[in-house]
Amino acid sequence: MKENFFQVRDLTKIYKMGEVEVHALRGVNLELYAGELVVLLGPSGSGKSTLLNIMGGLDTATHGFVSYRGKDLTKATEKELTEYRRFNVGFVFQFYNLISSLTARENVAVVTEIAVNPMHPEDALALVELTCRLDHFPSQLSGGEQQRVAIARAISKNPAVLLCDEPTGALDSKTGIVVLEALERINHELGTATVIITHNVDIAGMADRVIHLSNGRIAEVTANRVKKSASELQW
Amino acid sequence: MKGQVFAITLVVTSGVATFIMFISTMDSLNFTRSKFYHDYSFADVFVDLKRAPESLKDKIKNINGVDQMETRVSAQAKLDIKGYAESVTGKIISIPDDGKPRLNRLYIRKGRLADPAKDDEVVINETFAQAHGLNLGDQFAAVINGKWKKLTITGIALSPEFILLLKPGALSPDFKRYGVLWMSRKAISKAYDMEGAFNDVVLTLYPGAKLSDVLRDLDNILERYGGFGAYAREDQISHRLLSQEFKQLQTSSKTFPAIFICVAAFLLNVVMSRTINTQREQIATLKAFGYNSIDVGIHYANLVVLIISAGLLGGIAAGIWFANILGDIYMESYRFPVFIYKLHPEVIIMAVFISIASALAGTMHSLWKAAKQPPAEAMRPEAPVQYRVALIEKIGIGRWLSQPSRIIARNIERKPIRTFLSIIGIAAACATMISSGFFKDSVDFIVHVQFVLSQKEDMTITFAEPTSYRAIYELKETQGINNGEGFRVVPVKFKFGHRSYKTILNGIEPDSNLHLLLDRNLKTIPLPPSGILLTDFLGEFLGVKAGDMLTVEALEGSKAIRQVPVAALAKQYLGVMGYMNLNALNRLMKEGDAISGAYLVTDSNYRNKLFQTFIKMPRVSETVVRDNEISNFYDVMAKGMLFFTFISTMMACSIAFGVVYNSARISLSERTRELSSLRVLGYTRSEIAYILLGELGLITLIAIPLGFIIGYWLCAYIAQALGTDLYRVPMVIELNTYAQAASVVLVSALISGVIVRYKLDHLDLVEVLKTRE
Repeated sequence: MKENFFQVRDLTKIYKMGEVEVHALRGVNLELYAGELVVLLGPSGSGKSTLLNIMGGLDTATHGFVSYRGKDLTKATEKELTEYRRFNVGFVFQFYNLISSLTARENVAVVTEIAVNPMHPEDALALVELTCRLDHFPSQLSGGEQQRVAIARAISKNPAVLLCDEPTGALDSKTGIVVLEALERINHELGTATVIITHNVDIAGMADRVIHLSNGRIAEVTANRVKKSASELQW
Repeated sequence: MKGQVFAITLVVTSGVATFIMFISTMDSLNFTRSKFYHDYSFADVFVDLKRAPESLKDKIKNINGVDQMETRVSAQAKLDIKGYAESVTGKIISIPDDGKPRLNRLYIRKGRLADPAKDDEVVINETFAQAHGLNLGDQFAAVINGKWKKLTITGIALSPEFILLLKPGALSPDFKRYGVLWMSRKAISKAYDMEGAFNDVVLTLYPGAKLSDVLRDLDNILERYGGFGAYAREDQISHRLLSQEFKQLQTSSKTFPAIFICVAAFLLNVVMSRTINTQREQIATLKAFGYNSIDVGIHYANLVVLIISAGLLGGIAAGIWFANILGDIYMESYRFPVFIYKLHPEVIIMAVFISIASALAGTMHSLWKAAKQPPAEAMRPEAPVQYRVALIEKIGIGRWLSQPSRIIARNIERKPIRTFLSIIGIAAACATMISSGFFKDSVDFIVHVQFVLSQKEDMTITFAEPTSYRAIYELKETQGINNGEGFRVVPVKFKFGHRSYKTILNGIEPDSNLHLLLDRNLKTIPLPPSGILLTDFLGEFLGVKAGDMLTVEALEGSKAIRQVPVAALAKQYLGVMGYMNLNALNRLMKEGDAISGAYLVTDSNYRNKLFQTFIKMPRVSETVVRDNEISNFYDVMAKGMLFFTFISTMMACSIAFGVVYNSARISLSERTRELSSLRVLGYTRSEIAYILLGELGLITLIAIPLGFIIGYWLCAYIAQALGTDLYRVPMVIELNTYAQAASVVLVSALISGVIVRYKLDHLDLVEVLKTRE
């Protein structure tokens, strides 16, 4: 049996927007296993980013329980959460969030410098097929290339989990597929458990499991008996 | 933007406050002085003489150009104040028999003028009364022409002649040991055998009168009566020192506010360009709705004016407040009936104009950019920032740098002008601080040179009349006196080319061990057998150098006029005078072995007893104790120094805080996204703080040594601009001063750092991931 990385129980998140209370999550339960590729699918405002942020140690829950490899994240201190992010989780964001003053190689090195047992930045960039762009600054790279640098950065510390928030959201479909191929390769070759948030239904085809979120609740969980490869996707 | 606006306001406030303070204090003092001069008929020309018959009056009155004239009798007397052991000297000036001086009239602060018919009533000057706590009806004694006489105070007064009271030849004002007494002419004439005669003339001139002609005619008339040479108001010591003080205020009013206004303009430039950048979309929307470029430009110009206005208001208020404090400090030494505070509207207009104009000039570029941008372009996000590998990495250090350090280096290099100006701004703060410490250092140095290196005696006595050198042998025999040397002081006029200067010529013993003359490197200059040494300030004033022939005109005794070669210039920070070998001076005066007084080294156990003896000796007119002279010098300087230090520290802190805080806030706002991203990637708070604060720290560390250099220049400029007859400012900055300046800058930077760190610790990590840069 595969190791259960995440256990989420009855997770609730309420934001206060002035006088109004916004229920972003309303009692979510889920598990995430080692090596799994999961797509969190749902429209804007369904709560998927909030869920990912709490799982990534970027946000705190109002109620409920989240554990990573048995460690309760809801009770973790600020310092412990920072350490958790530093050593265990890789992030990929919609808008890449690269450091514009650093080259592709250095953007990866930002993470490898503080990680335990990381890859060489060059190897991480080779995995996303960017060996020829090592010394380019973000302003010299296309959107797809920037996102691949972000993926290389996320995986360079050899994380157990990769959390991707709309990784293709800012890209055209052709570039988006190149980025998804990179994520697929990482999941396959390194066995990194991967969560991809998207509102793009087509991407769900490449997942082991698809979790549908709606209005802060899990509406449905489906397993793909036959996974599509990223190159087969179309939108 | 609240914090930034506050920081800018602080800088503008400081700039405007110092501007208003210096200018209005200068204007006020100038006005106060003019009014005092006018209301109390201050004379235009002064002359002292030995003795002339009252009948000469008409002749003087008839000199072409003379308006009013008054003859007086004045004398020096030793005073005996109960409970005060030290030697006190009084200058006695006569009040006319009708009880109403026409020139240099007295402002009576308390009481009344002395009764012309009474010989034991006196009016005393205010500083003297306050220094001794003397009041109306109090009594003290004076040794008038050798006779001990009890005097009663009937009034406490101020005179336009003694706004700053300085004993002739003294190094600094000494309110305890020198006072002015006004008493009945009849009484003083009788005591000094001056009945039907006078020894002091003051006069005013008609407008348009030719001053040099009047001085010449007056000297011609009084020559055979022992005239010491007439001099004009501009050479009158109180007037002259006050004028020099105005000059100093003028220098300060130009230097310090200029630094601030530049810093404020720079800060506004940085803040406005950032604000405009973040508001690109709003600008575009407004323009899309039909607002034109001028409307947009005016909108931001208004914002600039609004920010400046807060600083202006605060600055004007603080400036008035400071000016009044400074006025009070001046009033401690410079005595006017009342300090009339004058703030001319044009000074405020100037402050407003300078601040707003420089602020707008500083923000012009950003305003223009904002106004010019086509709406469609402005709505698009800004083009990504281009970075390059930093120069410092290229020279080989690159591979040793961590990624955060690389970020710092590249950010600094990306905006070189802004970085440079930030460095200059912080350096200016450091320099301002150095200039404040410099003031104390130079005073300490003056004291060290004057009282430790040069004057080795611990007591100086002056005889009422030139005395035979034999007196030295007698003094040396006195118990408690370890060593003694004679000196001869002759009032003289030095002339070289068309320049002349009235001062004293001091004859000292050929192998003097007590009174040493120093060269520029503070090495002892041996006294030549003949020839004259001039203090460097005097040498420069007259334009003489070693080897030149100087005309020396003695103003007493033989009244000899001689050509004497200048042997050397001696370094002296206090006073202006010439030195000569005692024997050579006596030969010049044809006086045999006369001395005017003695430098003494005394046993501290006997010092007090010696005082008492000297005070009672009719032959000794004055006793000066070195320790008192030093502490008095510090007393006079202390308050001004404290205020100046306070103002400079306040200014330096506001600049340092303003610059560092603003840089930090701007960097934070520009890089929130990057820093939050790093936090998400697992960087700790301290690690991201290193990136932001490390940059500021580096800028600050570069700025401090630069500040030392700018500070040194600033001090050199001040030293050169502030020299007066009373003192010259040596260019000395102690290590301690540098350390203090650096500390103030570091602490200000640290405070800004702590505030920014607090904000860094509360970054919203989630928010930043949702938005595109």
